[in-house]
Amino acid sequence: MATADDRLDELEAQSIYIFREAFARMKRMALLWSLGKDSNVMIWLARKAFLGHVPFPVLHVDTGKKFKEMYAFRDHYGKEWNLDLRVDPCPPLEQMDPTLPPATRSAARKTEGLKLALEKYGFDAVVAGIRRDEEATRAKERVFSPRGLEGDWNVREQPPEFWDHFNATLPAGAHLRVHPILHWTELDIWAYTKREGIPVIPLYFSKDGKRYRSLGDEDITFPVKSEAATIDEILLELATTKVPERSGRAMDHEAEDSFERLRVAGYL
Amino acid sequence: MSVNVMTLPLSVPAADRPLVRIVIVGHVDHGKSTLIGRLLHETGGIPAQKIDQLKAMSARRGMPFEWSFLLDSLQAERDQGITIDTSQIRFRTPSRDIILIDAPGHAEFLRNMITGAAQADAALLLIDAAEGVRDQTRRHGYLLHLLGVKQVTVVVNKMDRVDFAEPAFRAIESEITAYLADLGVRASTVIPISAREGDGVSERGERTPWYAGPTVLEALDGFEPARAPQDLALRLPVQAVYKFDDRRIVAGRIETGSLKVGEEIVFQPSGKTAVVKTIESWPVPAAGKEKTLLNAGAAAAITLDREIFVERGEIVSTPASRPHAARRLRVRLFWLADEPLETGTVVIARLATSESRATVAAVHEVVDPGHLSTFESKSIGRNQVGEVELVLSRPIAADPHGLNPRTGRVALELGGRIAGGGLVISVLDGEATRAEPRNITPVSSAMTEEERVGRFGHEGAVVWLTGLSGSGKSTLARALERRLFHRGGMATLLDGDTLRAGLNSDLGFSDADRAENNRRLAEVANFLKNLGHLVLVAAVSPSAAARAKVRAIVGDRFFEVHVATPLDVCEARDPKGLYAKARAGEIRGFTGIDAPYEAPTAAELVIENDKLDPSAGVDRLEAMLAQAGVFRRPFSAGDDAGL
Repeated sequence: MATADDRLDELEAQSIYIFREAFARMKRMALLWSLGKDSNVMIWLARKAFLGHVPFPVLHVDTGKKFKEMYAFRDHYGKEWNLDLRVDPCPPLEQMDPTLPPATRSAARKTEGLKLALEKYGFDAVVAGIRRDEEATRAKERVFSPRGLEGDWNVREQPPEFWDHFNATLPAGAHLRVHPILHWTELDIWAYTKREGIPVIPLYFSKDGKRYRSLGDEDITFPVKSEAATIDEILLELATTKVPERSGRAMDHEAEDSFERLRVAGYL
Repeated sequence: MSVNVMTLPLSVPAADRPLVRIVIVGHVDHGKSTLIGRLLHETGGIPAQKIDQLKAMSARRGMPFEWSFLLDSLQAERDQGITIDTSQIRFRTPSRDIILIDAPGHAEFLRNMITGAAQADAALLLIDAAEGVRDQTRRHGYLLHLLGVKQVTVVVNKMDRVDFAEPAFRAIESEITAYLADLGVRASTVIPISAREGDGVSERGERTPWYAGPTVLEALDGFEPARAPQDLALRLPVQAVYKFDDRRIVAGRIETGSLKVGEEIVFQPSGKTAVVKTIESWPVPAAGKEKTLLNAGAAAAITLDREIFVERGEIVSTPASRPHAARRLRVRLFWLADEPLETGTVVIARLATSESRATVAAVHEVVDPGHLSTFESKSIGRNQVGEVELVLSRPIAADPHGLNPRTGRVALELGGRIAGGGLVISVLDGEATRAEPRNITPVSSAMTEEERVGRFGHEGAVVWLTGLSGSGKSTLARALERRLFHRGGMATLLDGDTLRAGLNSDLGFSDADRAENNRRLAEVANFLKNLGHLVLVAAVSPSAAARAKVRAIVGDRFFEVHVATPLDVCEARDPKGLYAKARAGEIRGFTGIDAPYEAPTAAELVIENDKLDPSAGVDRLEAMLAQAGVFRRPFSAGDDAGL
């Protein structure tokens, strides 16, 4: 009989396989650290894959608008985990497409910040902690997802991917997005965080009847109603909730296609 | 979309519920999206918020609400009315957590169907009761077989459109069961339903009293997760060898079997052996708690008892049961690229973590699975299936698919994109196509390869210049020969015409004679290469298949160079007066005039000779060899004065 541990072991083994494939096949790779629960799990998985090391830079594309708890977490664990941490700022809001709805426009800064960082360091691959279950357009992602020169995503022309054979050949100037936890769910992330004892930013736990389910910029991220103050309580809550994970992320809800527009332009 | 809700009673506690990935496939418009929407509804898996969103959206568009809208979450899809890519939908049956993978039915999106189905433990194959088995039904059935999906349930939908008549159902049932059985796929059950009206999805339909089998939900509840096979021989493909600290760690994933500390292992194709010293992991376990056994599916990191050079792509096994070191594979494959796969096509074959250039030496059979027909053809077109023989440029470890499904399958890459994949039907001996040598004892040279490299400053290699008569092959070859000779290298020019004057004087210009001429050139070139010579072959060699054979004979350190001078330029030059004779009808079957030249599609180098001055062409040849690591000591540019 399968157990919860077996399930987490399988998820972990698959993620490690993806990390090792990416590291073997790409020349200059970086991991995108958004400081949230998913990218923390990802760093943990990288250390498992590479036996305690993270043998590539960890990049924080900083909007400058994260919660102070997130910055404290970054500065503390960046050192403790011995990461080659690079922090790069995003361009100001005034430079973003004014036709986008306000929160979507604000989120677009991150896409532009990433483009600038890619250019600066010459990375040919970035590891990102997106998951298929988060959002409908992310469900269509490949594990290795080539991006055009502008970082754009052509969802119609994706090459096939099967038997853990990934497309790693890129035209000059393009880059690859690598998604090692694409197959995980929100529930898996918390169950694994608990089993492994991975540090968590306290904003995820309930305070005054509210908690953050997903962390982004302070001005466009809102807490949801919740009494869950421990990981066990979060696991219990997720088993019964009917509220989508990203319901507290304003940009997802401004227009029917706002998240899709961000993704096509290169958003994670 | 995230759907993690359950209202049905759970017979198994949440922590111990197996996760099963099920792909839903079938002909376009046979009702997949409707069935998925219905399943989500009947398992209570749709958040109220999502339904409200969709109803509001339908109202805005002035359309009645349909269950299929749930899946049409991308704007582009709604506009076109077909599912573009693989989406994943989660819900629960009484004893399983299900991920339903919605694969597109439209033929345009076969690569997405394959991406979805390859992740699946089991499949639902959907057929419209009124339309019956269609070409895409058969094609998907065939692909399930090739992708190795063993658990298949067939769902006959839209029974309301045939008044729930049993004969209509039985006819489809026997047709599809027979088709799948021919492929070695057993349909566990065939279920009559109406997804729109709800019959047979979670409740037994009153309108199908003649059907006693399971509902769709019951069938889903019976599927098992496909696990990495534990009971097969050990196969651990090496992903990398790490040296981040003082440990030298061999990393990979155990595809089948298990691995123990203290066990003797062998790496294929190198054949090197070692004993497993430790299994490494992080966080570092307390003393005495280190792992000593790893099972199938585990991410492995091991150290060895001795220093041996092994690399990514090799497969770890036990000495008693090792994979073949294969040079030729017979593969049954599907092909997805626009360009057809034909004799002479060069692809990259990927098997587990290994890769090798592979040339199609023969196309044995082509199938259009949509129309159930097998036909003789020299090429496999887009979305077709066929069997080919691949010649690999270097040996890789492989198993026949029947012995090990995980190390008996390959993906093929064309132009940097995965373009096909298939099962290894058999691993062929590289010598099998040649005459059995009897009473022959080859005598090896007295000198080692290293001694020769020490003297000549380079490894042996074959540079094969192909192109039209008059394209400048011999001129380039002679210039390179002189340059290398000046530097103390051992360069040898093999000219097709020169050999025809002696060794090949018994051969004419028929297809068979041309092939034999090529074979002899290749054998002589290879012989000299193994003696450390840099062999420069100038030969028109117009046939892609013949060049593929040459590549197979020479093996590694083979460089195909296309001297691509346009026909009109060659004809204007006409250094031997041959074009004039061909035009006058004095020579028949002259390449470029009344016989075809099949230009290489994946040559190591293309020289557009009419656009370069002669020394630039030689520079490019030299750069190619330098980049491939053929030269072992640096040559200074000053040596080339006057050349």
